[in-house]
Amino acid sequence: MNKNNIFAALALSVALFLPFVVDASYLNMAILILMAAQVGVSWNIVGGYAGQVSLGHAAFYGLGAYTSTLLLIKFGVNPWLGVLAGGALAALLSLGFGWSCFRLKGHYFAMATIAVAELVQIFFTEWEYGGAAVGLYVPMANQGWLWMNFATKLPYYWLALGLLTLTLLANWWIEHSYLGYYFRAIKDEPDAARSVGVNIARYKQIALSVSAFFTALGGSLYTQKELYIDPNSVLSTALSIKMALVSILGGVGTLFGPLVGAIVLTSIEEFTRIFFGGTGRGTDVIIYASLIIVIAVFYPAGIMGWIRSFKARRAARQDGARQLAAHAASAEAPVQAPAKEMV
Amino acid sequence: MKLLEVKDVTKRFGGLTANQDVSFSVDSGQVVGLIGPNGAGKTTMFNCVAGFFAPTLGSIVLGGRNIAGLPPEACAKAGVARTFQIARTFTSMTACENVMTAAMLLKHNVGKARHAAMQCLTFANLARFADKPAGSMTISEQRRLAVARALAIEPRILLMDEVMAGLNPSEVREAVEIVLKIKDKGIACLIVEHVLEGIMPIADKIVVLDRGVKIAEGTPAQVSNDPVVITAYLGD
Repeated sequence: MNKNNIFAALALSVALFLPFVVDASYLNMAILILMAAQVGVSWNIVGGYAGQVSLGHAAFYGLGAYTSTLLLIKFGVNPWLGVLAGGALAALLSLGFGWSCFRLKGHYFAMATIAVAELVQIFFTEWEYGGAAVGLYVPMANQGWLWMNFATKLPYYWLALGLLTLTLLANWWIEHSYLGYYFRAIKDEPDAARSVGVNIARYKQIALSVSAFFTALGGSLYTQKELYIDPNSVLSTALSIKMALVSILGGVGTLFGPLVGAIVLTSIEEFTRIFFGGTGRGTDVIIYASLIIVIAVFYPAGIMGWIRSFKARRAARQDGARQLAAHAASAEAPVQAPAKEMV
Repeated sequence: MKLLEVKDVTKRFGGLTANQDVSFSVDSGQVVGLIGPNGAGKTTMFNCVAGFFAPTLGSIVLGGRNIAGLPPEACAKAGVARTFQIARTFTSMTACENVMTAAMLLKHNVGKARHAAMQCLTFANLARFADKPAGSMTISEQRRLAVARALAIEPRILLMDEVMAGLNPSEVREAVEIVLKIKDKGIACLIVEHVLEGIMPIADKIVVLDRGVKIAEGTPAQVSNDPVVITAYLGD
């Protein structure tokens, strides 16, 4: 836990100083990293801690984005309220999502979540009032913090950082409360969890609803930053997969795993775009895919898991060396008999 | 005083009858062994009591309340704890966290759960493993951990599914000691067991199933001299 605190303090201080030392294009990349990390952390609640791998989270992201945008455009509702409304609506609709998908387990659950998210995307593509396939523009009429609308990037950086911090704090609280224990129990051994009184249907749903809420907040922030959304940008299956991938690459079920995953994935995405430009379209996807294969084969516990196993190996080596030294010291006084045993 | 009363329980899976009109009872603080040859329906019976199966017919009454057909989590709240044939410990957690998860049934408070969990671990001689990942413990340690976890919900009756299978003689002795300690705490035990040397000396009562029906019930001495039981185990 202590090391986690140090990592958090370090990451936060870097994040606080970063905007003053990088130029606009890198600042934009930093915002993308923070936003990817935030949805990864949100996904991690149900996909990582509770072990229910959802590949339909774009549905919640899109619901958040569309709710705050439609409320703003059609009713003039302040985006700060719209963001909360989007989160609440996503959490509410996650009940239907869970009701239909949690009947299935493992791979079948994942497949069902894809199907539900596709349905949501098709609905928004056909829905005239919601902009259909053309999408929605956020007007730039009212600017400033009150309307969460800015001509420069920097305020979005602070917004993204604030939202990520909030999401991480929520995750930290869950991890250390009884919910964290229940989620991990459900992931490890659902039958044993039931035998000690865990209503697994209820707690899977709680994990999903909390996760949906925070994912939707991320979607609303996206719409305020990009000022344009369409079904493809906020509801696509590729987006759902990216949310899962950020967590899986970094380390599922760990607090900072998604942050690490987001830094790696977003950097790959952006740098391949910079290096290859238009001719290299799809390069990032090739690298993504290669990464998935490498993780699946060599490091199923992700980067955080790899660091952890590295540390464990080193500790074991040191432990072994200590024992060996102690053994040698005790063997020195009498004859050499124990030393022979060792060989 | 009757704590658990299983009355005329029948469990069918489609056309297959796993249990037919089985009745027996467990008194408070009693150790009851549920034995029988392979395929006798012991584990099915056990799962009915623990809530993992709903009986097709019949009632299961715990302290005056019919729990037949309740889901496992409701049975746990009613006071039925269980272990599994394979330990099913939560492998991403430490031993202490395993037991804490169960202790949270009583109160959703992490600090209190930790305190209660340490007591259960001490009870099962596992206190020194508290911070060890459950997945790295030996089979016999994991079995004891599963018992400690089950005890953390402060049950009125503990159901144990083949706790002694696959253990070496000294580990069987350890398991027997723990069962006796649980009995001393006043918690009733219903034990499904294949290792008869382990269960016979400690059981107050033995219930014998064969092909889904109860063929004998009585003290270990009565049962082991019963010609029907001997035939069921050894054949004609």
